[in-house]
Amino acid sequence: MIQLKGISKSYKVAKRQTGLRQAAKALFRQEHTIVEALKDISFTINPGEIVGYIGPNGAGKSTTIKIMSGILVPDTGTCTIMGYTPWKDRTKYVKNIGVVFGQRSQLWWDVPVIDSFELLKDIYKVPQQEYKTTTDLLIETLELQEIIYSPVRQLSLGQRMRCEIAASLIHNPNILFLDEPTIGLDAVSKIAVRQFIKTINQEKGVTVILTTHDMNDIEALAERVILIGKGSLLYDGQLGELRKRFGTKKIITAEYKQRANPIQIPGASVLSWSPERAVLSVDTANFKTSDIITHLTTQVELVDVTIETQPIEDIIVQLYKEYQI
Amino acid sequence: MRVYLSVLKLRLLNGMQYRSAALAGVATQFFWGFMIIMVFQAFYQNAADTQPISLKELITYIWLQQAFLVFVTVWFRDSELFDLITSGNIAYELCRPCELYGFWFAKLLAQRLSSAILRCFPILIFSFFLPRPYNMTFPPSLSAFLLFLTALMLGLLLLVAISMFLYISVFITMSPMGSLLIFGILGEFFAGLIIPVPLMPSWLQNIANVLPFRWTADFPFRVYSGHIPQKEALIGIAIQLVYLLVLVWLGRVSMNRILRKVVVQGG
Repeated sequence: MIQLKGISKSYKVAKRQTGLRQAAKALFRQEHTIVEALKDISFTINPGEIVGYIGPNGAGKSTTIKIMSGILVPDTGTCTIMGYTPWKDRTKYVKNIGVVFGQRSQLWWDVPVIDSFELLKDIYKVPQQEYKTTTDLLIETLELQEIIYSPVRQLSLGQRMRCEIAASLIHNPNILFLDEPTIGLDAVSKIAVRQFIKTINQEKGVTVILTTHDMNDIEALAERVILIGKGSLLYDGQLGELRKRFGTKKIITAEYKQRANPIQIPGASVLSWSPERAVLSVDTANFKTSDIITHLTTQVELVDVTIETQPIEDIIVQLYKEYQI
Repeated sequence: MRVYLSVLKLRLLNGMQYRSAALAGVATQFFWGFMIIMVFQAFYQNAADTQPISLKELITYIWLQQAFLVFVTVWFRDSELFDLITSGNIAYELCRPCELYGFWFAKLLAQRLSSAILRCFPILIFSFFLPRPYNMTFPPSLSAFLLFLTALMLGLLLLVAISMFLYISVFITMSPMGSLLIFGILGEFFAGLIIPVPLMPSWLQNIANVLPFRWTADFPFRVYSGHIPQKEALIGIAIQLVYLLVLVWLGRVSMNRILRKVVVQGG
């Protein structure tokens, strides 16, 4: 459904040092650096998938989304989405996609949200009946009843974002690009947005590509992740696989009856220790958690044990480190 | 077509929210109209020769100018579009299944129409009931009036086509101020909004005739007062049409070319 092959894009960025003298110099000669935003990116996405597109700031996530939605023209490479080349068949192609740019707004600032919806209905030539069913569903699942009659300028960020997402779906697109849809949202709104994305994916089979910095979004939604850093594709595969490969550490917190000496267990490194509590880290690739626990019981009189898997955030940080991005 | 109607509707709704702005606009234009008329009255009383346009025709000219100010001034702009370009929110506009030129043309047209609807009627109606010689008069015939309506509408489309270049230029300069000043002043002057075109020296009139600006304001207003005879008016309308076609074509070509190079930064 979506196929990118060897996509590259570089930007020319004006640069100058701080200070008045440098500013004056820049009047006559401007220095530019070429920033390679994307280097030879290729991937394929099948219908009905939810793909998490992750990477640190400035990795090229938004650039990819912009190329896929036909806004940017890449320097080299081909991109075929539903048989179209986005930047060439722009007007025909965009009927099939919905885009949410978390940092931008598509709603008319001064008029109630519902008026913006009506305009979008006409722009996309959605039949009245279809429009009615779609908006009813959107209003219900995104809980917009209270807010669609208020002008956009009076909405909070979270309320506005829910409306933005709804606005991108009025024409029932087959593909939805979400560029940081949960930016600045509170916990409740985040969960509502995630739930909604899941619903439309399952019920309508919408293919979703999602960029975010909140790994909980990825964990809740995406089975497949694509990791990109400094413009290069670094990992493309199942989230579970990523976990298996990089998230093999488990954290064991043990509480026990008072004991004077530090504990020592082969295969586990002690992260912190006190006479009543110890935090251990175990690499499950080499050692079994159960063995560690057995060792623990021989050394101390256990009161309580908790075992945690490494949070996905840590795995990503570790990944970024490993790839030096 | 529906899209454009829908944009117009939304603009109208939007414009209606700003009643006090419209009211203030009406008051300003009345004041301004009176001032200009008095200046010309003094000028006509002390002039030795007969002028190329009669005072009665001139007064009509000025009231029309004031009533349809938003149809004829280049500086009446949509800062929302400028913001879209400079802030990058244009990303969304590019995700719409319609051509940006047509969409923005409709937006700009709608903005001018919606402002004019609120403003023109009070000025027009009131100016008919003013004491002589300040009052507005009816056109000499029904056909002159119909020709005026055609010319006014074509003039409006022409002006929107001209102002599109302003928005296109912002893609390159990222700031509307420069183009706005140049287009604004040149356009206003050569449209006859500062000195009516018939009162300009003939060499200046020649320049004004070649530029498109005159056809947006001066021409329809003089058709109304009958200062331009009907046969000439028909030729003028043909010229308006040619200008319109050429400018829309040029605008579309340059816009599509620029859009291929546009880089939406950040985010």
